[in-house]
Amino acid sequence: MKLTIEIIRQKDSASAPYKQTIELDALPDDTVATLLNKINARDDLKDINGNPVGTIHWQCSCLQKKCGACAMRINGSPALACDTKLSACKRGKLSLEPLRKFPTVRDLIVDRSLMMENLRSIHNWLEQSAHHTGKAADLCYDASRCIQCGCCLEVCPNFMPDGDFYGAAAFVPASRILSQLPKGKKYDLVKKYGKHIYSGCGKSLSCHHICPAGIDIEHKLSNSNAVAVWKRFFK
Amino acid sequence: MRINIIGAGLAGLSAAITLAENGVKSNLISSMQSERAQSVMAEGGINACLNTMGEDDTVENHIEDTMRGGVYLADNKAVRGLCENAPEIVKEFYKLGVPFQTNENGIVQRNFGGQKKKRTAFVKSSTGKMLMTALIDAVRRYEIEGVIKRYPHHVLQQLHIRDNKCQGVTVNDNYTGESVTFGGSVILASGGMNGLFSGLTTGTTQNTADVTAMCLENGVELANLEFVQYHPTTISIPGKRLLISEAARGEGGRLFVVKNGKPWYFMEEKYPELKNLMPRDVVSAEMVAVTSMPECEDQVYLDMTGLDKSVWKSRLSDLQEQVLHYLALDPAKKPVPVSPGIHYFMGGIWVDTEHRTSAQNLYAAGECACQYHGANRLGGNSLLGAVYGGKVAARTAMKESAPDKQTERKNVQPYTEASPAFRDSVSQILGNHLRILRSENDLNQALAELDLLQNKAANPAEIRLLALAKAMVNGALYRKESRGAHRRTDYPVINPDCQKQTIVKNTKVFYREINQL
Repeated sequence: MKLTIEIIRQKDSASAPYKQTIELDALPDDTVATLLNKINARDDLKDINGNPVGTIHWQCSCLQKKCGACAMRINGSPALACDTKLSACKRGKLSLEPLRKFPTVRDLIVDRSLMMENLRSIHNWLEQSAHHTGKAADLCYDASRCIQCGCCLEVCPNFMPDGDFYGAAAFVPASRILSQLPKGKKYDLVKKYGKHIYSGCGKSLSCHHICPAGIDIEHKLSNSNAVAVWKRFFK
Repeated sequence: MRINIIGAGLAGLSAAITLAENGVKSNLISSMQSERAQSVMAEGGINACLNTMGEDDTVENHIEDTMRGGVYLADNKAVRGLCENAPEIVKEFYKLGVPFQTNENGIVQRNFGGQKKKRTAFVKSSTGKMLMTALIDAVRRYEIEGVIKRYPHHVLQQLHIRDNKCQGVTVNDNYTGESVTFGGSVILASGGMNGLFSGLTTGTTQNTADVTAMCLENGVELANLEFVQYHPTTISIPGKRLLISEAARGEGGRLFVVKNGKPWYFMEEKYPELKNLMPRDVVSAEMVAVTSMPECEDQVYLDMTGLDKSVWKSRLSDLQEQVLHYLALDPAKKPVPVSPGIHYFMGGIWVDTEHRTSAQNLYAAGECACQYHGANRLGGNSLLGAVYGGKVAARTAMKESAPDKQTERKNVQPYTEASPAFRDSVSQILGNHLRILRSENDLNQALAELDLLQNKAANPAEIRLLALAKAMVNGALYRKESRGAHRRTDYPVINPDCQKQTIVKNTKVFYREINQL
């Protein structure tokens, strides 16, 4: 298939972004990840203005939607490059941009350290041995699948990088911990939940539909709220 | 004292938390954050003799299966430590919140390849991801306290080794391009050598083999490089091989090939005891053998159509989704075409029972290290080996490190890496010649082709990658026998004289008795 690719390029964090357009033949069954690898293996590729394309910087690791490294904006929506086939491109057009809610490092690479920082800030760990209940087992499994890609934050109308609300990338992992805390103590995570999760969420649930791991995010949110806000611990 | 850990997958995290629990600080250095490590891709389970399935399992059974599966090339003393500590390790993960499947007796265990008892604890087919989530959360509390300091977008640039003693590391920040040097002991937990077989493995692109290559470059000994595990059940997807977990066969999946127009369940006929659950080296070699027979078609299928609905729902739902997604076929209804693909490296950086490398103050754990698995790893022993190895390496490093060795300084050397095109050239050569079956001709051909690349190696990273590729081929040439994952058509049987480790040091290759030094 003939493909016209528009990529937002950026040399480094201090430089201004610019758009580069490339036209090439591609295989519809290839993913965006495969396409990027193929482009980077070529040293002769030029854009439509005759400028060399060079190496397009992006992140990837597992190539099978288990690690979240390759999240980027694909045709306007956040998605994993390894999970998006070129056949999904309408009218032979593909646009690639870095996620916008995180600072750009270079080309399609963004610095997502903020997600790690937010999980540290809400003390997202078990303060004591896990309290396993049959009821919570499926929830724990589903919540533990979060790949910290950041797609949920990208579409969230309430998450801002410098804001107090930490979004699904924090409350999904938190729901695992909250479901394994026995009733009794005043846990740090419970104390911090209100400010950083409950009071900031406008319940648009755009995160629920975008999650590349297919996590039932709404379910995680309602369960976390039940524990952290209404103190309905799992028994 | 602050110990430097290279790699934040399961082995690196295990080392970091072990140090932290003992009040020892660490720098946890990784090219990406832990969620991107290969450990999250491990599927089928973790082995431990919990004896919850009414089969009178014992630790001795686990040791015996591991040694036999590794065709008696593993260090018996190390394997004993691994298996004896396994039950406690699984229980610790349960306390950290891993939602292992349980019943009234405790944690449920499934059958897995090469094991005579049900010994593999699991969470569906996503066990690695579940262990990682629990451990990442547990490590986080030490990050707040500054005990564990994360460097999540940093790669190893230089290992500082003088007079066979490791002095520290220089690491490069991928985001800013700046380098920093840390003094002190180093634990390597950098994963397997996928980067020698780019696009041909089930693992991540982040395990570039560069750390292992750097060890070779610095005169640190490597061992058993020729033992490359081909997992029997993989499929091709864009840019890589995709694993179909051994759990599929553990739960009753069967392999067949069409022979004279009818399905032939060859493993069941040839191996009546363990059937489809023979160790991976045996299954993969049999798949090559049957598909080469003139009366057989050249495709092996994994038949899971006989599995109960309840098994799909509670134990393999993720595997079913994966096959549906990538092959657009429902494995509950139709057999899946599969073929062997590169999955694990039994060889790597030589370590002793306490995870010391051949250089002082340098330790290694996880897949980058050569330990526990001998000539062939059993499924379920890699997660275990990574966690246990990380713990042992941390304890040894802690004991042997000087308390005053902690320095930090900026460094301005430029960082280089192997180009994708150069890596692809090396990978193509190794992929073509280091197959399941090898011969002297193949291996000499590989060396000749690698020699032709010598002039194209444009930077230090490419030069050492090429040296590592040659070391692997030289190891395979040196071992004149067939054992485990190393099968030579010109030396088709086990040679008892070769029950030794193949050591590569610089350009020399020699044998060493197991558990010597």
